[in-house]
Amino acid sequence: MCSQSIVAYSATEEELEKKIESLEQRLTVVEKSPTSQPASQTSANSFNPAISVILEGAYASYKNNPEDYELPGYALGGEAELASEGFSLGHSEIILSSNIDDKFFGQFTLALAEHDGATELEIEEAFFETLSLDYGFTIRGGRFYSGIGYLNQQHRHAWDFYDAPLIYRGLFGNQYLDDGLRLSYVVPADLYVELGTEVFAGGKYPAGGNHSDVGSWTAFVNVGGDIGVSHSWQSGVSYWAADDIEREYGGHDHGGVGEVPQFTGDSQIIGFNAIYKWAPYGNYREQNLKLQFEYFIRDEEGDLVLLNSSPLESSSLNSKQDGWYAQAVWQFVRTWSVGLRLDMVDSDNSGSDAAVLKEAGLASAGHEPKRASIMAQWQPSEYSRIRLQYNRDESYQLTDDQVYLQYTFSMGAHGAHQY
Amino acid sequence: MKFNRNILFIMLLAVVTEVQASIEVFACEPEWAALAKELGGDRLNVYSATTSMQDPHHIQARPSLIAKARRADLLVCSGAELESGWLPLLLRKSGNASIQPNQPGNFMAADFIEKRDVPEKMDRSMGDVHTEGNPHIHTSPENILLVADALYERLGEIDAENRADYLARYQSFEKQWRQSLEQWKAKAAVLSGANIVTHHTYWTYLNEWADMHVLATLEPVPGVSPSSSYLAKVKKQLSHQELKMILHVSYVSDRPSQWLAEQTGAAVVALPATVDYQGGQTLSQWFDDLIQRLVGVI
Repeated sequence: MCSQSIVAYSATEEELEKKIESLEQRLTVVEKSPTSQPASQTSANSFNPAISVILEGAYASYKNNPEDYELPGYALGGEAELASEGFSLGHSEIILSSNIDDKFFGQFTLALAEHDGATELEIEEAFFETLSLDYGFTIRGGRFYSGIGYLNQQHRHAWDFYDAPLIYRGLFGNQYLDDGLRLSYVVPADLYVELGTEVFAGGKYPAGGNHSDVGSWTAFVNVGGDIGVSHSWQSGVSYWAADDIEREYGGHDHGGVGEVPQFTGDSQIIGFNAIYKWAPYGNYREQNLKLQFEYFIRDEEGDLVLLNSSPLESSSLNSKQDGWYAQAVWQFVRTWSVGLRLDMVDSDNSGSDAAVLKEAGLASAGHEPKRASIMAQWQPSEYSRIRLQYNRDESYQLTDDQVYLQYTFSMGAHGAHQY
Repeated sequence: MKFNRNILFIMLLAVVTEVQASIEVFACEPEWAALAKELGGDRLNVYSATTSMQDPHHIQARPSLIAKARRADLLVCSGAELESGWLPLLLRKSGNASIQPNQPGNFMAADFIEKRDVPEKMDRSMGDVHTEGNPHIHTSPENILLVADALYERLGEIDAENRADYLARYQSFEKQWRQSLEQWKAKAAVLSGANIVTHHTYWTYLNEWADMHVLATLEPVPGVSPSSSYLAKVKKQLSHQELKMILHVSYVSDRPSQWLAEQTGAAVVALPATVDYQGGQTLSQWFDDLIQRLVGVI
């Protein structure tokens, strides 16, 4: 009995010695380290969302009257009009974003813009996104820019040119957003493969009208990767469809009465994009080249009515519209970039009453709109940028020379930009 | 039918064991990739998102990085806002719950270090300042040990089955590192008190460790390239002091450093920003190299 307990005792003594030894070792580590536990210096406002304010404005000069702008073959809507001549404020934006908790992220973007002398407040984005669905899945809900195309998801202050490509202007009224849900999935592979699908209310241009359930939906696939350390690429295909659209285009004054073309019918869009970036050693800050190409084709079938016309003018409509842009932006030193962009769109629209199509702006009259743009910009830091851009715009028969001097400043927290 | 089920079971098992075969580590910078490799060896499949030639403040959230983050079990980054321009987006796009902030799979090295250059007031006119202090903590060999201590524990948490193994590897790493530290300390003794100029506030922790005095920084504020008038001001400011060397980090242009060197006669020391992990270098080899380069011009 007694010897047994002694053995047991000596065993524990040995264990104790080992424990003390290891504790001593740990202690020296602790002594050496001023903080062995995470040292978070949390102040009250670290719980506030990240806030950033984007200031954007431009000076615009045109050879033609910007109010005469047309894109033959495309009835314009959304925010497709040209910026007013002279000085103007563009989109000022306030962006708030934060992880809501360990499960959700949220972002709210408020845009302030002036239209015809009145300040308009617009909820550009208001969405949540899941962080913890895991297995590569993410759900986003609320109002957000659709994942179709490449440029569509980027805030305009992240664009490399002052204005949207002609095909974006013609199809989406610059950019497509709506209220809905997105489900996306990243495949567990070395090659980046993202699959996504969205359902939307369908109330926003180029959809439109009231829908009790899903008004429009999308599907997209993006793939991408690196080639060595200096090259990277991404490419995507996307699809958009909306049925029972009731879409009104921008007003068109005709003899004092505002005749507004309205389209009712079905529409679908297929898009393709490819992006390539080069930076020596993958060090983008000092030098990089970005090549970007997108193509869209839209197919529409339905009816066209000129609202407020008397007697009411209408026509059937069968429309095919497609177009592309290609651009290259070269940042040759840290603070300077230059860029070149080419745009081209085309259309093939037909209907029972050609005069109605013409009135709505859907007749191309054999003109193929195109545009060439060059730009140079100075970016003293990642928060400020001043850009000079020239467009030789052949959107309509009368060629226009357009010059923009634009500033973009971002204050406060600035979130990461998408690839 | 039964045969089929067995095959299915074996296949499933194969899939499961394959998944468990190694822990996927996504390191934001090469130094943490190298450290993880020291502590985990073949148990870890370590990927470094950046190289020593890239500025870790300015990385694009590339598709390839999202794909890697998607599969990571553990993220090892500097933290202290160094990666705030790209990591948050990667995490959100990854659809990977286990590496989100405050999860065990999210390891920020700077959390375990007492940071320097913590600003008392913040303003963007101050350049790329970080509210949490200087994030380039890996430039002091003593910090590496502190991070290693926290990292092996985290590895044991993520991969509990092999906890003892991580401890053993850490203990042997610690022993070797302490020996190296003594050698480096002895070798770097000649640097003590040397007056230097640095390009960016990149080497703060190294300078402190080697007891070197920073007289000026070539960037007027962090992350902003110096203008020629600013450089002239720096030169004037230095005219009464004996300048030993100008430290220059490998991923930025060395022109300002070279200009000042011509003006003052001080030597430019080009220091590799971090471990060449992709080239097979180890942390200790990198420190050997750093100290050799510094001592070489004294």
